[in-house]
Amino acid sequence: MVRFENVGLRYGMGPEVLKDVTFGIEPNSFQFLTGPSGAGKTTLMRLLFLSLRPTRGLITLFGRDVSSLDPDEVAVIRRRIGIVFQDFRLLDHLTTYENVSLPLRILGKEEPSYRGEVSEILHWVGLGDRMHVLPPVLSGGEKQRAAIARALIGRPEFLLADEPTGNVDPTLARRLLRLFVELNKSGTSVLLATHDIALMDQFDARRLVIADGRLYVYD
Amino acid sequence: MSMIDPARLDADPPARPRRAGPRGLTPIVPRATVAGRALVAVVAIMTFLAGLTIGSVMAVRATAQAWRSDVAREVTIQIRAGDPAAVAAQVKLASELAAQTPGISAANVLTEDETARLLEPWLGTGLDLSSLPVPRIIVLRLDPAAAPDLTRLRRTLTDRIPTATLDDHRGWSRRLGAVAEGVVVTGLGLLLLVATATILSVVFATRAAVATNRTVVEVLHFVGARDGFIAAQFQRHFLRVGAEGGAIGGAAAAALFLAVALLPRFGVGGDPEAPSVFTWLHPGPWGFAGIAAAVVLMACVTALTSRLTVYRTLRAIT
Repeated sequence: MVRFENVGLRYGMGPEVLKDVTFGIEPNSFQFLTGPSGAGKTTLMRLLFLSLRPTRGLITLFGRDVSSLDPDEVAVIRRRIGIVFQDFRLLDHLTTYENVSLPLRILGKEEPSYRGEVSEILHWVGLGDRMHVLPPVLSGGEKQRAAIARALIGRPEFLLADEPTGNVDPTLARRLLRLFVELNKSGTSVLLATHDIALMDQFDARRLVIADGRLYVYD
Repeated sequence: MSMIDPARLDADPPARPRRAGPRGLTPIVPRATVAGRALVAVVAIMTFLAGLTIGSVMAVRATAQAWRSDVAREVTIQIRAGDPAAVAAQVKLASELAAQTPGISAANVLTEDETARLLEPWLGTGLDLSSLPVPRIIVLRLDPAAAPDLTRLRRTLTDRIPTATLDDHRGWSRRLGAVAEGVVVTGLGLLLLVATATILSVVFATRAAVATNRTVVEVLHFVGARDGFIAAQFQRHFLRVGAEGGAIGGAAAAALFLAVALLPRFGVGGDPEAPSVFTWLHPGPWGFAGIAAAVVLMACVTALTSRLTVYRTLRAIT
């Protein structure tokens, strides 16, 4: 599904922030991505989400070399990936319902066709009664759950979550982890970036540790 | 969704969303962040100027055409002043020669009073022509169905009456045509400038709107929106802005021309002896159609320019 081969990345003329990164992500797999702050976790996530192109090396996503993708092909690949940002990236002028339904709206679907589905997933993440409020009114945890719902609504094959439990209490963090595990059981590959050791200890999964720009894989 | 464990779902049925259909959904690009009022004003002013230009050009063309058409229906024979008896005989002969020429439907010898009225703008009223060497004028009306051989008539007149000259007003007509064409070319130039200024204004406004909505654009990219979809979101806003501004400017231009047409009915500028802008500045149906076309074109140019600008900006972001 995902393959990195000797990938390196530098910003401008600066030093390499990722060096010779080589790893793969298989379908229906679950892995944590961890490492100290500033080690390159977010940069690696951005490479996975085609927001950055590598300076060197080869990245293939769903069998496609990302260096050969045109903007429309990038858009199609992104529809197969769900992403949860650390800072949520919800649109403040859209309601929770509208934010979550955005991936369906961009596909040109009519609102009545996805109304039940969006409503269902919002209830599932515990935001059934917060559907029609704007993000500035939501708490950090609610925003996080709305962001997760938006990432899941398009039924992605691969879910990327960048510190999804960073803004929630331990109880909700456990609940969110269960949510990701359930999602993985239903066939979605999950990459969960976190530096919460306690959270990782709750579920036995592959760990990708990034330090000083290098990646170490612990199966 | 199949991925969801039904046991975890809330027992309550899904609440009906507040908004019932796509029409009720909030626009993805917030309307308030698109340069609205200022751009509407710019487009309105530009459309007003374009409308004025189109209307004026059409009025000048129509008026020049009418004048040229009038002039082309008449030619004049002028007989220099001299011995009154000889001049009278020459006038009679010239009238007969003209009447015999095929294609000339009527020959009208101007009386002294009519000639005096022609000279009034230069010599004033109440003048006595008997003391002045005023030539006699014969106005020939041409048959529009069969053009006369004016070259032959001119030669015959010159042979038979050496003091006679035939004036077909061709030079004046050519100069009038050149002026009308000049006005049209100038109008096209003005329209080009107006269109360029509008396009530049929309380009800057679109760039500003995309910059202001950078977060929206990024999120749309991340959820898999194609550039075409994102461009369409902005284009919808700018089409509305263009249509609104265009309608205001076009309506203002049309209202101005209508006012000019109606003012003579209220006694303003309607004196046929003292021609003013009110007597000829009428764009006609084609002029008003041109103003309507300018409104549609302005809305389309605004929408298309914003779409292309968003595409270019998105490519730069990517």
